[in-house]
Amino acid sequence: MRPYKYVRAQDVDGAVATLAEAPNAAFLAGGTNLVDLMKLEVMTPDMLVDVRRLTSDRVEGLDDGGLRIGAAVPNSVLAADHKIRSRYPALSQALLAGASGQLRNLATTGGNLLQHTRCVYWQDVTTPCNKREPGSGCSAIEGHNKNHAILGASEHCVATHPSDMAVAMAALDAFINVQGPEGERRIPIEELHRLPGDEPQRDTTLQHGELITSVDLPPVEFFSNSKYRKVRERASYAFALVSVAAALDIEDGIVGDVRIALGGVAHKPWRATKAEEALRGEPASEANFRAAADIELEDAQPLRDNAFKVPLARNVITRTLLDLSEEGR
Amino acid sequence: MKLRLMVNGESRETEVREGESLLYVLRERLGLFGSKNACEQGECGSCSVYLDGELVCACLVLAGQAEGSEVVTVEGLSEGERLHPVQEAFLEAGAVQCGFCTPGLIVAAHDLLSRNSEPTEAEVREALAGNLCRCTGYEKILTAVQMAAETTP
Ligand SMILES: Cc1cc2nc3c(=O)[nH]c(=O)nc-3n(C[C@H](O)[C@H](O)[C@H](O)COP(=O)(O)OP(=O)(O)OC[C@H]3O[C@@H](n4cnc5c(N)ncnc54)[C@H](O)[C@@H]3O)c2cc1C
Ligand code: FES
Ligand code: FES
Repeated sequence: MRPYKYVRAQDVDGAVATLAEAPNAAFLAGGTNLVDLMKLEVMTPDMLVDVRRLTSDRVEGLDDGGLRIGAAVPNSVLAADHKIRSRYPALSQALLAGASGQLRNLATTGGNLLQHTRCVYWQDVTTPCNKREPGSGCSAIEGHNKNHAILGASEHCVATHPSDMAVAMAALDAFINVQGPEGERRIPIEELHRLPGDEPQRDTTLQHGELITSVDLPPVEFFSNSKYRKVRERASYAFALVSVAAALDIEDGIVGDVRIALGGVAHKPWRATKAEEALRGEPASEANFRAAADIELEDAQPLRDNAFKVPLARNVITRTLLDLSEEGR
Repeated sequence: MKLRLMVNGESRETEVREGESLLYVLRERLGLFGSKNACEQGECGSCSVYLDGELVCACLVLAGQAEGSEVVTVEGLSEGERLHPVQEAFLEAGAVQCGFCTPGLIVAAHDLLSRNSEPTEAEVREALAGNLCRCTGYEKILTAVQMAAETTP
């Protein structure tokens, strides 16, 4: 690991100001991703600003009836929160499907959202990678790409976003509250992560020095009928090949409203808006669920090793919506 | 920098370099070799300890982050020469081969049983998913945890 400076800021303003003046510094929260990447020398910040104790570590009610999750809330605490479990079960399930108990105790809400891809080439400093070293080329396009993207990738990068939690938050219309050198802003989660395009080195739309302070969940009643399903190569402790978070509002057998987001398929949590649109107002049937999934996956561009993700995603979407339509009756 | 910690009930102070992990501090500065360093990447759980009451991978915690915290390692579970029932059960069941994974597994099993005194096999498997063993094939570890569940007060 390269030498670096460790500092604990006094408050959020101090942390933001410190980073603004240090172009190679990074925020440190649970460290479960950043410290790992520093050991591999994939990331080499010269200063770590510890923010774990600066932002809220609580889940609180909002005036509009929604919930605010502090950026420092540990993944284990968020998963166990009774308000989350009853009103946004997909989020609790997604958290419990990720990592291990030891890691969930350390990992935070902010750090989980901003965790970096698990692409093996990005993690291996001896191989070319446009995300690590812009212009050096993408080793995954012609390499081992079973775990890579089938939607929204570019000729420069086919990496996927690894977070389970973020997929659930994408389905549940979360907002991300951020404080930066230029003040505060509130970003729909859809606009937090980005597709690689020709700047794969940028994972998100955040500017250097912008700190996530909390995440808001809106008060939507049918989100209590939501679910997270993750398919991986063993029953536990593995990243998703494909995952889906969905919420379904159903009345007299007709889909009133629906949210679907996919994990493991793209550079960001993939909100399946085309499938959602196709389903609103239609009978909640297996045939319709499958047809909607097909519409979403029409543009899928599988790589050599991951064509299986297309039928897998279709089946997982269909199965999850079927479960929700039975439970939501 | 100077680091102050409560380790296994004792207050300890030691000089550390920025960037050392808590695991390094425990092993190399404080001479507590129970917690093991295998992957040092959060994958194997052999470095599992309690940090302020929570089970964590000590290899991913930076020394600076642990300042002022309370740490309990596998050495802190026994009372003098008297082993904790979880440790007894691992010996009894023959759940130890090379032993590298054992301290981490014992702390993780201890954590599980403190939250859930009668776990099902599925619950044990899920709770220990972050602890890898390359020798035993896990069967005897599962047996040990069930035995410990029966004998832990
Ligand atoms: C062995 C292993 C298995 C795993 N399995 C899974 C899995 O199955 N599913 C899954 O979803 N995840 C998995 N993870 C990843 C884990 O969820 C992340 O490492 C964790 O959520 C990151 O949170 P953290 O607080 O530790 O972040 P850190 O490591 O502290 O930070 C991560 C990034 O976010 C930035 N950052 C942190 N907080 C903020 C903030 N408030 N504002 C702005 N920037 C910030 C940091 O600068 C850094 O770039 C696994 C990790 C390991 C090591
Ligand atoms: S050494 Fe810490 S998890 Fe492997
Ligand atoms: S006994 Fe050897 S790794 Fe578990």
